[in-house]
Amino acid sequence: MKIYGVALLAVCFLTGKFLGNLLGKLIGIDSDIGGVGFAMILLIGSSIYLRKKGWLIPETEKGIFFWSSMYIPIIVAMAATLNVKAALSGGFVAVVAGIVTSFACMLLVPVLSKIGKNDKHPKI
Amino acid sequence: MDIIEKVIAKNGLIFAFLFVGFVMLFSFIISRKLLRNKIPGVAIAILAGLSLAFLGDQKGIANIPLFAGMAILGGSMFRDFAVVATAMSADISKIKQAGLAGIIALCAGVTVTFALGATIAYFMGYTDAVSMTTIAAGAGTYIVGPVTGTALGASSDVIAISVATGVMKTIFTTIMTPIIAKRIKLDNPHAAVVFGGLIGTTSGVVAGLAATDEKLVPYGALTATFYTGLGCLLFPSVFYLLLTLLGF
Repeated sequence: MKIYGVALLAVCFLTGKFLGNLLGKLIGIDSDIGGVGFAMILLIGSSIYLRKKGWLIPETEKGIFFWSSMYIPIIVAMAATLNVKAALSGGFVAVVAGIVTSFACMLLVPVLSKIGKNDKHPKI
Repeated sequence: MDIIEKVIAKNGLIFAFLFVGFVMLFSFIISRKLLRNKIPGVAIAILAGLSLAFLGDQKGIANIPLFAGMAILGGSMFRDFAVVATAMSADISKIKQAGLAGIIALCAGVTVTFALGATIAYFMGYTDAVSMTTIAAGAGTYIVGPVTGTALGASSDVIAISVATGVMKTIFTTIMTPIIAKRIKLDNPHAAVVFGGLIGTTSGVVAGLAATDEKLVPYGALTATFYTGLGCLLFPSVFYLLLTLLGF
């Protein structure tokens, strides 16, 4: 049943968020640190395990793939609910700082991408 | 009319499904018929979303009662849930290979953003360490900004600027990523992991990668999700102290 897939996704999501908040608390910041990342790793790990066991059948996977195909519409909805006006009226400094820093980081992508790439002995 | 409004008000999320469905359909038709697929339909849909946000205020289009459901569909709960689901199509060996590069990218992203953000803030008239750190933190993500500002006791207008800086970054990343992708060789999972770590704004990274190549989304999202945490950790502590040591 598809709901098994959705439930698997939900348990990974909640556990990941829990770990993220726990890590935040341990470090002393009251926020979620990498919750989504932990959840993604849990989902990848558990799906590999369950597939080996033969428990993760295509019908179950469909429940997860439905949500993975929903993220673009969700991102469109998110874009439509951003505070675009404030971003532009937040002063010139917000526009300059926002654009310059992002652009500089984008230019670093090809430089840092070389790390660990096509390495015959990939570093951990 | 009254009945229609009542039905939509009570079923906001469902109406949001319908509305976003229309936006997607409309965007893909424009992409195919008018632009001959030169600009992907997803990119047009996201741009359409950003333009629609102008109709409202803090919550974008969701400020209009009819579209209140958009705030639920576009909120962090559904966003994170759907982004986690994309991990199903990620290749674990590629993540392992890019792991080290991803961690370095995270550290480099936060540091470069701090250095540039603080410098820009200084030259634009915010010369005290608290304001400089807060605005630079906002250039990290729109969550790091207010968290840092509150921790350091920044004034509310500086915190507002830091949030605006973060939102500006999200919008810029969303629009710019598909345009610049080829030039920065952002066309493989490895580069996407690095990109996510360097940019860090999960919403911008995910939206920008979706508009570039859907397959790259899970890789970028994986590293970007750690950025806000790392930023909240470093900005109010190490980076702030660094500025005070430098005499600001």
